[in-house]
Amino acid sequence: MQGNKLPPLRLLKALRKGNKMTYFKKIVIANRGEIARRIIKTCQKLNISTVAVYSDADKDALFVKEADEAIYLGGSLAKDSYLDIGKIINAAKQTKADAIHPGYGLLAENANFSRICEEEGIVFIGPSAKIIELMGDKIEARKQMENAKVPIVPGWNGKLDSIEQALVKAEEIGYPIMLKASAGGGGIGMKMARTRDELANVFHAAQQQAQSFFGNGDMFLEKWIDNPRHIEVQIVCDQHGNALHLHERECSVQRNHQKVIEECPSPSLTNELREKLYESAIRGVRQIHYQNVGTMEFIVDEDDHFYFLEMNTRLQVEHPVTEEVTGVDIVELQIKIAAGEELDITQNHIKAKGHAIEFRLCAEDPFTFFPSPGVITKLSLPENLVRFDFAVAEGSEVSPFYDSMIGKVISYGENRQDALAIMQTAIEGIQLEGIKTNLPLVSKIAEDEQFQQGFYTTNLVSKLLNNEYLNH
Amino acid sequence: MNKNESINAPVPGTIFLQPSPDQDSFVNNGDFVKKGDVIALIEIMKSYYEIKSEQEGIFEGFLVNNGDIVHAGQQIAAIKIVESAAKGE
Repeated sequence: MQGNKLPPLRLLKALRKGNKMTYFKKIVIANRGEIARRIIKTCQKLNISTVAVYSDADKDALFVKEADEAIYLGGSLAKDSYLDIGKIINAAKQTKADAIHPGYGLLAENANFSRICEEEGIVFIGPSAKIIELMGDKIEARKQMENAKVPIVPGWNGKLDSIEQALVKAEEIGYPIMLKASAGGGGIGMKMARTRDELANVFHAAQQQAQSFFGNGDMFLEKWIDNPRHIEVQIVCDQHGNALHLHERECSVQRNHQKVIEECPSPSLTNELREKLYESAIRGVRQIHYQNVGTMEFIVDEDDHFYFLEMNTRLQVEHPVTEEVTGVDIVELQIKIAAGEELDITQNHIKAKGHAIEFRLCAEDPFTFFPSPGVITKLSLPENLVRFDFAVAEGSEVSPFYDSMIGKVISYGENRQDALAIMQTAIEGIQLEGIKTNLPLVSKIAEDEQFQQGFYTTNLVSKLLNNEYLNH
Repeated sequence: MNKNESINAPVPGTIFLQPSPDQDSFVNNGDFVKKGDVIALIEIMKSYYEIKSEQEGIFEGFLVNNGDIVHAGQQIAAIKIVESAAKGE
């Protein structure tokens, strides 16, 4: 994408519609770490000034220094700072900002936050509260997708009232079964049951966990899919009824339901299946009149059947692989769409070229995943090889209060083999001391035969870790 | 002979003295605590770490409040080790 110059035709169109020049003057970034830095970059390109908000723990963070202004929110706990809607709204008012970018995580999928921004006359860079609510309710999302004829995981869409009812419905669907929280996400409140007894045993605990985490104990059932692949489609919808996709991302390398490596395009899809996924994703977002960028997540089974899993109504952590392959700046699209711009690209303009692989660098033990906060005493990154979207530099302190992800490494090549070789060279070139990271695990995955062949499922990491134990 | 032992936070983070906001504390003052009993949780980078008692004895109370930020190695509670007369014989 080229800077902020509008082509003459677009300008004329905008004038005819009586639109003001629609870019924002100032954006508050209601987030932290690498994604705050990422958003600042695009804002700088578009000549939009930025306001960082920060907590005690982040007072020396890079994103705070890089923003044009910075507003202190409060204590290190997210609830005292990054999750305090009132304080963030005040920061926007105080700095006279036009819009708020929520990043991912934290308040990004909080319908209430989107609603309050709207009420306060500040543009929320993301979908409306109504859409966030709709897709945040997993039972409702399943129903909407069913109406749009998007395949959903076989299961039961009702809210389960009791263990007895769960057992009856589970019998109809067949074991093994997944018990899920309607308000859930990220694996929380999710339990697998192989038998009737197991389901009876986990029901109350899962319901209680959902109630305490999400304030909503509604549970539903999905059939367990064996050896699934996790593939998602990046979609883009403006406020004028245009919807397009930016291809897919393969996200099957996961540990404890957290993605570790993502690639674009998926190495395991046939073109026929790929087209079907795109069509379904577009049908799904049209059904709910989605606006702004979002991600339709699917799981694909061993027989290439695919099912809608959930929709993320925000920017995705792994968006860079899509950017590398399509050349589109996704944050720029988010800002333009939120400003009411009509998309000036059509599906035909979007070409996937080459291959990109991203891995998430996390401050944790590579094999137990136990968090490892501390000071990064040494950090040296290989130059001109890969894209680094990092939260930290040498001397940064990784605090214990937030997510363990400290950066992303994105390699790009003309084909997958090249991208993988570049990634492996980058892994070898990263020198990081002071804290533990998952780099040894990522290195192991990169060397794995199944991964190299490009056909792997979400069981890859646990398989590797089991081998690790056997070898000791 | 009675001896007071301290229980320290093995990792930094946010400490929780009850399993969830609507449940009772893991332990109360005066409770008899066995080795391996969970007395608190520390939330660190969105993970929960269980703090278990390494001793058997009478729980003497927390030195921190629910939701406090603790540092690695910080004393968070005390436990009174009771060496019973029977044991001494």
